[in-house]
Amino acid sequence: MAKKIRVVIAKPGLDGHDRGAKVIARALRDAGMEVIYTGLRQTPEMIAAAALQEDADVIGLSILSGAHNHIAPRLMQLLKDKGLDDVLVVIGGIIPDVDIPALHQIGVKGIFLPGTPMAEIIGFINSHTRARV
Amino acid sequence: MRTTTETGKQRWERETLEPALKKAPERAAAFTTVSGRPIDRLYTPEDVAGIDYARDLNDSGHFPYTRGIHPTGYRGKLWTMRQFAGFGTPEDTNERYKTLLRAGGTGLSVAFDLPTLMGRDPDHELSLGEVGKCGVNVTSLADMETLFDSIRLADITTSMTINSPAAIIFAMYLVVAEKQGADWKTLSGTIQNDILKEFIAQKEYIFPPRPSMRIITDIFAFCSRRVPRWNTISVSGYHIREAGATALQELAFTLRDGLEYVRWGVDAGLDVDDFVPRMSFFFNAHSDFFEEIAKYRAARKIWAEVLRDRFGAKNERSWKLRFHSQTAGVSLTAQQPYNNVVRTALQALSAVLGGTNSLHTNSLDEALALPTARAATLALRTQQIIAHESGVANVVDPLGGSYFIEKLTKDMEDGALAYFDTIDRMGGMVEAIERGFPQTEIAESSYRFQQAFERKEKIMVGVNELAAADESPIAILYIDDSAGERQLAKLDALKQTRDTDAVTRSLDGLRAAARTTENVMPRILDAVRAYATVGEMCDALRDVWGEYEEVPII
Repeated sequence: MAKKIRVVIAKPGLDGHDRGAKVIARALRDAGMEVIYTGLRQTPEMIAAAALQEDADVIGLSILSGAHNHIAPRLMQLLKDKGLDDVLVVIGGIIPDVDIPALHQIGVKGIFLPGTPMAEIIGFINSHTRARV
Repeated sequence: MRTTTETGKQRWERETLEPALKKAPERAAAFTTVSGRPIDRLYTPEDVAGIDYARDLNDSGHFPYTRGIHPTGYRGKLWTMRQFAGFGTPEDTNERYKTLLRAGGTGLSVAFDLPTLMGRDPDHELSLGEVGKCGVNVTSLADMETLFDSIRLADITTSMTINSPAAIIFAMYLVVAEKQGADWKTLSGTIQNDILKEFIAQKEYIFPPRPSMRIITDIFAFCSRRVPRWNTISVSGYHIREAGATALQELAFTLRDGLEYVRWGVDAGLDVDDFVPRMSFFFNAHSDFFEEIAKYRAARKIWAEVLRDRFGAKNERSWKLRFHSQTAGVSLTAQQPYNNVVRTALQALSAVLGGTNSLHTNSLDEALALPTARAATLALRTQQIIAHESGVANVVDPLGGSYFIEKLTKDMEDGALAYFDTIDRMGGMVEAIERGFPQTEIAESSYRFQQAFERKEKIMVGVNELAAADESPIAILYIDDSAGERQLAKLDALKQTRDTDAVTRSLDGLRAAARTTENVMPRILDAVRAYATVGEMCDALRDVWGEYEEVPII
């Protein structure tokens, strides 16, 4: 049996609107992945530590508050420092179009905006992690 | 078998419906509301046979107020058009308020940023990148003075969406009013101050449930003596619904939260009729038109009956449920954003037909960003067109007596009372929250909706159906980091100029009060006057009460 894809779903920053994080966590679990949900108010340090400890293949960040330009670069740097730069990082939430190229540039592979079907996110994760598993 | 006991509706189904279905089947096997509630094709007098007009509906202005709390509906006074706004620095938001008031807005509603809501100053680690993003940043009394600069607080009513630090922000508002020469006795407005729905849905809590409830009863007691016209709480279903609850869950959990506050107030020694008249509610105006109208009507009836019969309230004002409503943010789409204007208009209409006392209409760009001034003005105009052009404000409860609406209203009531029983058996809402009951119910509903959306059983126009191949982007409000930098600079300057000893003394006083049962409001007012910051005051309370951490439920 193939090893299950391990996903850390994290909610960074001060925002508590966790509907999206919870729905995607459940959808990924139903799609056969191993999902670890960190809960609320995670700093980039806490998320990187969770990814290391959980041997994550994927980190999914849920950010609606507008703090992505601060949180994502710090997390990507921490992952690099810990030798976790092969972890697939995706973001779901409200991200202005103008910010998307810079996020891709620092290595965020998938950015999913409001209204994205769960199937699309599941497909994206499957096709971008298969090589590692 | 046909018997003589066949009802008129059964006969209609046999004689008329069955042949019609054979000729032309319906579009779907089942029809449900956005909440998944099954809806019959036709409602008749049989569906409302158990309803007694005088007992269950009654004329407007009469118990149980199903048809409305005001005898004249909107013919006396229209609902308050209150647009929620806040972003960036207090200077930025002050400008937006002046724009809204010039455009005919009749009340202010303050949106605070996440650091303020979570009781963190702009220099705290967790405030990184969040200052001024989702609302306006208020760090100290100085910011509150700027926020209401040239706006006379004696002449307007202000609603403030603030929960865990509600007592602190309210104290700042009171001191600004005092400095403007306003009399606290005539000052009016609302603080949201509803911590239970934070634990249930929105998750902007700081302290554990029990000390959080104690601050709320302190505010009840303080206001009944000192600020008697202030609405001390806005018990909110809005966030519960946005988190994924059904209409029924929104209704049931919100009203049960309201009853929990009543119980805690009574247990703290307050007379029910001294504080309940100042409690108000806040509901979501979602997309399923009739279900929403039924929800508001049921809410008024349930509240009136429970307050009179279970709590023995004698003051009619304790029986009358007053509510604000806001159209459903979660229904808005980033795709084809102009469609959101239509959604919002329909949702607003349902709130008006349900008798809302005040209303916020969302802007078309809210799935993308905070609204631009233009989008916010169009949202306000949407309400004004309903008020002045549609004619719906000419008559009280125009849908009263509709077989469908009355049946739905009754079903809503029965469903909510069944939830009350479940929660009562757990020992109350605080206990239910500690067990994760409402959180689990909401997570289930939200996942069910998502699945229905994925299967296209629920259609969102422009998203899972009727998508446009190519969409031209609309202009959005982009909030950069300059607000954060300016707020940090102001905080540094404040710390240089204020009387440090007075700050320390007032924070020590606050800690001392938190350890006893002394009302914390006077101590918070002292700290506010000394220009202590929101973060410092919350830290003082964290020292005594600790912080709440939830067990996440997925």
